[in-house]
Parts: sequence; structure tokens; C-alpha cells
Amino acid sequence: MSERQRPTVPLQGGGEGRLAPGTTQNPDLYERIQVEIAKYPNRRSAIINALRLAQEEYGWCSPEAIGEVSRAIDLSPATCQAVASFYDMFFLQPVGTHIVEVCTNVSCALMGAGEVLGALEDELGIRDKETTPDGLITLRTVECMGACGWAPMVVVNERYQEHFQPEDARALVADLRSRPRTTHGHGH
Amino acid sequence: MPRAHTYPDPKPGDVILDFVGERRTIADYEAAGGYRQLERALGMSDKDIVDALQASNLRGRGGAGFPTGRKASFLAPPHPRYLVINADESEPGTFKDREIMLRNPHALIEGVLIMSWAIRAAQAFIYIRGEYFTEYEVLVDAVAEARERGWVNRPLPGTDYTPDIVVHRGAGAYICGEETALLASLNGFRGQPTAKPPFPAVAGAYMRPTLLNNVETIATVPAILAMGGEAYAAVGTEQSKGTRVFSLSGPVQRPGNYEMPLTGTFRELIEGLGGGMADGRAMKCFIPGGSSTPALLPEQLDTGLAFEAVQAAGSMAGSGAVIVVDDRTCMVQFGLRVAEFYRHESCGKCTPCREGVPWITSLLRRIEGGEAKDYEIDLLLNVCDRVEGKCLCPLGDACAMPVRSYVKLFREEFEAHVRLGHCPYHDMSPLSSLYPMPKSLLPLVPA
Repeated sequence: MSERQRPTVPLQGGGEGRLAPGTTQNPDLYERIQVEIAKYPNRRSAIINALRLAQEEYGWCSPEAIGEVSRAIDLSPATCQAVASFYDMFFLQPVGTHIVEVCTNVSCALMGAGEVLGALEDELGIRDKETTPDGLITLRTVECMGACGWAPMVVVNERYQEHFQPEDARALVADLRSRPRTTHGHGH
Repeated sequence: MPRAHTYPDPKPGDVILDFVGERRTIADYEAAGGYRQLERALGMSDKDIVDALQASNLRGRGGAGFPTGRKASFLAPPHPRYLVINADESEPGTFKDREIMLRNPHALIEGVLIMSWAIRAAQAFIYIRGEYFTEYEVLVDAVAEARERGWVNRPLPGTDYTPDIVVHRGAGAYICGEETALLASLNGFRGQPTAKPPFPAVAGAYMRPTLLNNVETIATVPAILAMGGEAYAAVGTEQSKGTRVFSLSGPVQRPGNYEMPLTGTFRELIEGLGGGMADGRAMKCFIPGGSSTPALLPEQLDTGLAFEAVQAAGSMAGSGAVIVVDDRTCMVQFGLRVAEFYRHESCGKCTPCREGVPWITSLLRRIEGGEAKDYEIDLLLNVCDRVEGKCLCPLGDACAMPVRSYVKLFREEFEAHVRLGHCPYHDMSPLSSLYPMPKSLLPLVPA
């Protein structure tokens, strides 16, 4: 063999190989998915729950995460990927430890959501749908989340912060930067 | 950093938000007569319960306004049957179900148990949108409390019927608020609508007969049993009975959720309870029932809140979400923001919506950017016609109808964009920060 470098990242995609339905490389996740399946008349109904658990475990819907869901729920990886790609809350690319979301739908926009977004972009040094270079914080805009009466609204790791003003951006970013880093689970 | 809410005190006649404070605990709820209607319902036949709902003339509070009792009476007999509660509240401007679940979760749980008993549902699913995480936790706790009291997962007293409630989280998709899409999502598929028939009453969850109702509708059921269907129907207009929770947002003094009898008017809601416009601004228009409904003008403020009154005024009561738009707002930007939302949420199944809604968006973007030719305003209306009423579900209509109404009501604003080649409201419109003016046009804007 020539001097060619060996790949350092495991190959993604490809066949199932030795991995059959019902097998797992993450027994704890597998068991938690089985608990979700037991709630429904049909195991397929638990797919959103399973994807959410896997995303919390792996940080995003990575090929490993999709593979685990696929084997635990006994659906093809393509089916699991298709469901994951339908919903906004599943991340198909790696994201930061903390997720900051700004609602820019009409009620929030009328109350100054654009300024809030601008303040967060300036404070973080990134634009909408980007992650800080240290991988800590992902910023994105979202559509109406039902906080219209208390606009503008920002979601930080799935918790609403209502009446959010541009001047609150600095304190929020400082708070997120001071939190201990977790590898997954988006800060909760 | 999150700022606390203050909730308005209840008014006489309120049915759902009829208590003071942030959250009603199970002890509070029971002290106010909670779960007694469930006990009473256990002594009633399923027909008596459905008859009480029919007598109340309660119309669904999700958006379509279908009579609840009639919906329940359509349910096909073969067992098992399922009850599904639509808590996927996502219509822009709507936040009433969120407040009901957050503040009065046991009214919903009791309603779910009464309806489960009435249709002998094998299971009840509360499909809550994924973003409502805190509300999900509140509901899970409320179900656990009801379980401790013996109301869930145990045969109901004096019967052999065992109710079961699953709180099911969605994962972020507006379309899952449409009933067939919700059921597809619950069944584990992509949340795309399906053709009707078969209707959910025949083949819904797991292809079994399924009763599907909105949160507010079901949370009203205990109150209807308590006062009796006829007494509930005594409030309201000929075709719209009882009270409804309206979500008021936009630049008004006191935005928030307000429960109002359906005899009220938008003026009473916006100027009375909402305190009128904030910071001395003037109203340009208001959206009566969520972003998908056509706008109404300030001179239509005396329109009634009832379903038929809003329809007569040329719009729809929808989800009861009233968005007030002030006179600084550029209606092209507003329409663009609405259209972008529906483009994002189109599930991609039906061609007119998948292709037409992006067309509506890009035409509005061209008008806002000052790039459009004069015929493009009519082209925009033409595309709206080609989307509306041509798909399996009303998502395309929800984009076409409001956009058409903005062009109809504010055509001179659209024409000014085309004539001037830039947005004439850019300096003052609150939406401008989302739509920065192209650099090439900046010198055109007076300093």
C-alpha cells in the first residue's frame, strides 16, 4: 500500500453489516426507546420520541443516531431520516451545545424581533443558522411559537424568554458562556 | 431574565379562565368543583353526554368551528376508538391553548376523561406541539396527579372502563395542526395531510374511529356539563354560543388572552380589554383569526366576534388570534412575512401549494425590493387564485387568502413600491430590520 493516509473519520452510510434490528451499540438509549414504544398501540408512533432521545444523546440526528433509532424501532434508516427531516426540531447537521432561537413571525416582528435578532447576531458574531466557532451556541430564527402576547420572544434551550429586548442579548450570551459545557442534550 | 406575566382577573361569565393567579393546582380545581362533572358523567349514558354537547351548540375552537356535539355523534361504532386532542397550536398569533394548558391543565384533563368515557376511547392522545416543552411538563404532571386521585389507568368508579392518557410531543411542524396531518404524524409518518374520506371519525388514529378536538373545546366540556347545555347556549349569538378565548397581540396596550362571550365585538376586545393602541399609534388594520385570515379595517372594529359575523365582514373567525397592525407597518413586508411562513410550512404534497406559495413569496420579495414590474401585482393575485381551494388541506388557502386581502385593501402601497422602485415605508416599518434594503437602492432613501 502506498503512503496514502488512512481516513481518521469512520465511513458513514453503507450497509447494515453485522447490525441487525434489535441490536444496539447504545443499550441505555435502546431501553429508553422501548419504554416509549410501549405507550402506543403501534411501535411506529414512538418515532418522534425515539428521534428526540437519540438527538439528545448524540447532539444531532447523526447517522449513528438514525441507525440506533432504526434498529430500536425496526424501521429502515431511510424512513427514520425522512421523518426526522420533516420536523424543525430535529437537527440534520451538528449544532452547538446551546440553541438560541428568535421568533420572527408577524406578532414578534411587529414588536421588534428584527432588532433582537440583530443584537444577538452582533453579540455572538454569527448570523442566523450559524454556530459560534467554539461550537458552543447555535443561533437560528424560528416561526411562531405561541408567545405572541408577550413578544418579542427568544427560546433558549427549549425554554421561552418573553418580552426579550435587544439589550438583553449581552446578559444572555454571557450567561450561556458561563454555563458548564455538556457534550449533548442541548444544555438541559 | 424571563419577565413575569400578569394575567387579567376573571370576569363574570368566564368559563375557562375563571380563576385568579398563575396556575390552578388540582386541589384548587377540586375546591372549585373540579372532577365533579366527571363523576356525574359516569352516571350518564354516552348519548346523554353527546346530547348535552349538541344542546350547548359548542363549535370547535381550533379554527374550523364545526359543532362539537355533531362531530361526536358521527363517530363510527367499531372498537377500539381513540380520542385525540389537538394541542398543536401553531397558527401565528394564537396562544390561547398554551395558556389554558399552562394555567388550567385539569380542566383539559377532566374534559379528556369525560369524552374518553363518552366514546369509551381505548386511549386518549394529547398531541402537543414540540416547542411547548414547559406546557408538556405541566400536562404530564397533571395526568400524574389525576392518576393519584384514581381517575387514570384504573377502572372509573362503578364502571369497568379504564381510561389512559398519553401526552405526545410533536417536533415542530405547523401542518400537524391539520387533522389528517396530525394523525399521520401520530401514526409515525411524515406529517402530511391525506384525502378525506376516509374521515377521522371512520379511520383516524391507527385507522380506527377517532374523535379529534381542540384543547379549548375539550376544556369547555366540564363547564358545559356543570351548567347544562341549554344554559351554555343562552350566551352568544344565534349561531355562535358561549365564550371563547381570544389571543390579542401586536402593538396594543395590554396584549394577552381574553375570554369573551361571542356576543362581543372586536372593539370591545381591542380597545376595551386590550386598552387600545400602544404609544399613541394608529391602527392600520387587524387580523381577526390568525395569520391565515383576511385583514379587516379599523372601520370594521364593531364587527361581532361570532363566527358568522366575522364571515359576513369578509374574513374568518379562525383560531381567535387577533393581531393588530399599526400604521407604520409596510403591508408588503407584512404579507411577505406571512407568505414566507407558509412557504416554510408547506408539506410539499400538493403541487399548487408546493409551487404556488414560493411563487407568492418571491413575487412579494420582488415588490418589497423594488424590482417588480407593474403587472406583477396582478400576477400575484393570479397565483393566489391558482393556489386557493386546489389542495388536500387549507395551507395554501391560508397563504393566498390573507395576501389577496392585503393587496385588495392596500393596493396603493403595493403600487408605490413598484412606482418608486423601493420600499417607501422602510424607515418606519417595524419589519424593516428583517428586510434590509438592497445596497444598490440605499442612495434612493432620503437621509
